[in-house]
Amino acid sequence: METFLQQVVNGISQGSAYALIALGYTMVYGVLRLINFAHADVYMIGAFSGYYLANSSLVQTTLGTSVFAAVVVMVGAMAICACVGMLIERFAYRPGRSPAPHVLPFWLGILGAGFGYQAEGGAIPIFFGSSVGAMVGFFLERVVGIRPERRYSSLKVLIVAIGVSLFLENGGQIVFGADPKFFPQIIPTRPVQIGGLSVDSQRIVVLGVAILLMVLLNLVVNYTKTGKAMRAVSFNIDAARLMGINTDRIIAFTFALGSALAGAGGILVSLMYPRIDPLMGIMPGLKAFVAAVLGGIGSITGAMLGGLIIGLAEVMAVGYGQSTYRDAIAFVILVLILLVKPTGIMGKGMVDKV
Amino acid sequence: MNYRRWAPALTILGTLTLGSCGGDQGAAEGGEILIGEYGSLTGTTATFGISTRNGIDMAIDEVNAAGGVLGRQVRVIVEDDQGRPEEAQTVVTKLITSDQVVAVLGEVASSRTLAAAPIAQQYGIPMITPSSTNPAVTQVGDYIFRVCFIDPFQGLVMATFATRSLGLTRVAILRDIRNDYSVGLADVFVENFQAMGGTIVIDQSYSEGDTDFSAQLTAIRAENPEAIFVPGYYTEVGLIARQARSLGLTVPLLGGDGWDSPSLIEIGGEALDGSYFSNHYSVQDPSPAIQAFVSAYQARFGETPDALAGLGYDAAMILFDAIRRAGSTEGAAIRDALAQTADFAGVTGTITLDENRNAIKPAVVLQVSGGQLVYVETINP
Repeated sequence: METFLQQVVNGISQGSAYALIALGYTMVYGVLRLINFAHADVYMIGAFSGYYLANSSLVQTTLGTSVFAAVVVMVGAMAICACVGMLIERFAYRPGRSPAPHVLPFWLGILGAGFGYQAEGGAIPIFFGSSVGAMVGFFLERVVGIRPERRYSSLKVLIVAIGVSLFLENGGQIVFGADPKFFPQIIPTRPVQIGGLSVDSQRIVVLGVAILLMVLLNLVVNYTKTGKAMRAVSFNIDAARLMGINTDRIIAFTFALGSALAGAGGILVSLMYPRIDPLMGIMPGLKAFVAAVLGGIGSITGAMLGGLIIGLAEVMAVGYGQSTYRDAIAFVILVLILLVKPTGIMGKGMVDKV
Repeated sequence: MNYRRWAPALTILGTLTLGSCGGDQGAAEGGEILIGEYGSLTGTTATFGISTRNGIDMAIDEVNAAGGVLGRQVRVIVEDDQGRPEEAQTVVTKLITSDQVVAVLGEVASSRTLAAAPIAQQYGIPMITPSSTNPAVTQVGDYIFRVCFIDPFQGLVMATFATRSLGLTRVAILRDIRNDYSVGLADVFVENFQAMGGTIVIDQSYSEGDTDFSAQLTAIRAENPEAIFVPGYYTEVGLIARQARSLGLTVPLLGGDGWDSPSLIEIGGEALDGSYFSNHYSVQDPSPAIQAFVSAYQARFGETPDALAGLGYDAAMILFDAIRRAGSTEGAAIRDALAQTADFAGVTGTITLDENRNAIKPAVVLQVSGGQLVYVETINP
């Protein structure tokens, strides 16, 4: 019995990690009807931002190991992720929806920076490469007149999302290096005994922060003016625009919020499992996606619930079955839920408008 | 194409074309002796490849300073395989056919050596792997040698150590189910530990790349073992140790040479204190040969040599010894001389190559203590 309860505790702490990532998926889907596959890679960027912030001399010398240092690192990483999320939205997703200039200069600039890095590797070649790329981009956009096609089909948006995801994964391997790094222990850790159960103090903090973030998110979405606008865009984007809502700004805000949550998730999970690498987002991202579908995609409470169920199912499969079933169990659940209740536990039935 | 049939023709053709324009390259008498080396200088196991290269560089500089081999200087051509088996095949083919090396040193990981060894075998070029411990490696053919012990011996060493030295009777296993090295080591440990009268209370597994081990560790905790045998690589071992301690499991962990990395302590921290693993040598071994190697290495590279550096050094030294005894740089002659290597005094112990081209040599057991690796004892074959 004690072992079983311990496994439940293990499952909840694993599940809270999935829930955090699932929140971002579900929010963007709720507003845009778009599965943002790059979300899991923003989570990776959050972990690496935290890694570099925590190892920076400023945090190391002035703050040391303290709760305050952890808060600084986390807020910093969330801010970085929010910016990355907004950039992705602006230059990858928005061009398919509304007029968005400078798309070609942006991507060709990044490409040029990559070439500069490959060729020489210093700040000047990178700057030179990105300037050349951006200028070529401006030329193509302004003079030749190559513009992104408006009104992507949802399939095209999905392919763009996968492309952004691959870009971040492989770019991460160049920028951060492919070898795993070890996330600094910014929160001191000690085992806490509750009855016969032992829990790491860190995991309690992680679970607490996850719940806090979810409550805050619910407040933002349900009780603020911006939240109301988000729900309006989600309900009917054209009607929302007619009512005077700046839909592009609301969507950008949604991406910023979702990406900040992914960044927080990256830090919290890295505290529990201190090994990070540029491909760390892939598996948790897929499982969080399953969690979002299981809970009912678009539903915030559902994402939390789905995450916990996946975490528990995984731990039970390993604890009482075979460790090799760990990755299979989430996908078995996905198949089952799609067969039995495709809208998920908390999902509302949707009728396609024709 | 059947390489075996075409190899002699290709070799002659290659020698004629490259030899005529390449001038005094490896095969030519009187010039430098060229040897090839391939390893993971980049990628996830980069420290493995870099340490090995450092060890080989030291051996080459030493032998050149002492007048070279057969009166000729030795030069090594290093190729990076990025830790990928297919890349290992490409670079070894290049070393043999284009650079015309007389012998090849490498790789660390068994999977990469297994990919490249058939090429060396086909061309009749001796290959010595410093540290691939999987038994299948030298079974590729009679040109493939190693200077490290093999996995079954490591399993035996830890089973002996657990029963005789620690007096353990109840041990749990936590193996990496996707890694041949880990599975092989665990199997041999189980077999020998049970033969010595011990009990395996539970046998759990994980997969390389996992980060959460709490479910397996909770199941292990329920069985109250006296120790846990974790024959994995250092990254997972560090995480396992941390999670075991936070679940209140305080028993020591036992493992093999996959633990040997400076990163082990970085990841595992205090959680690893009191754990033991088998390794190829210890920098704390008081023997003068080892201490001379350690201080020379520290002076040159500014860090303590790990086992891979020592094995790289030994592999190169054994190759030079064999070329000297063969009196020639011809592949078959070097192979025959290598096969007769006996009682070679290396940094990682006294090495004899058996009829299966495996090294017979002792292993050491190290304990992690206060962030340091402390020498515990040597176990002989």
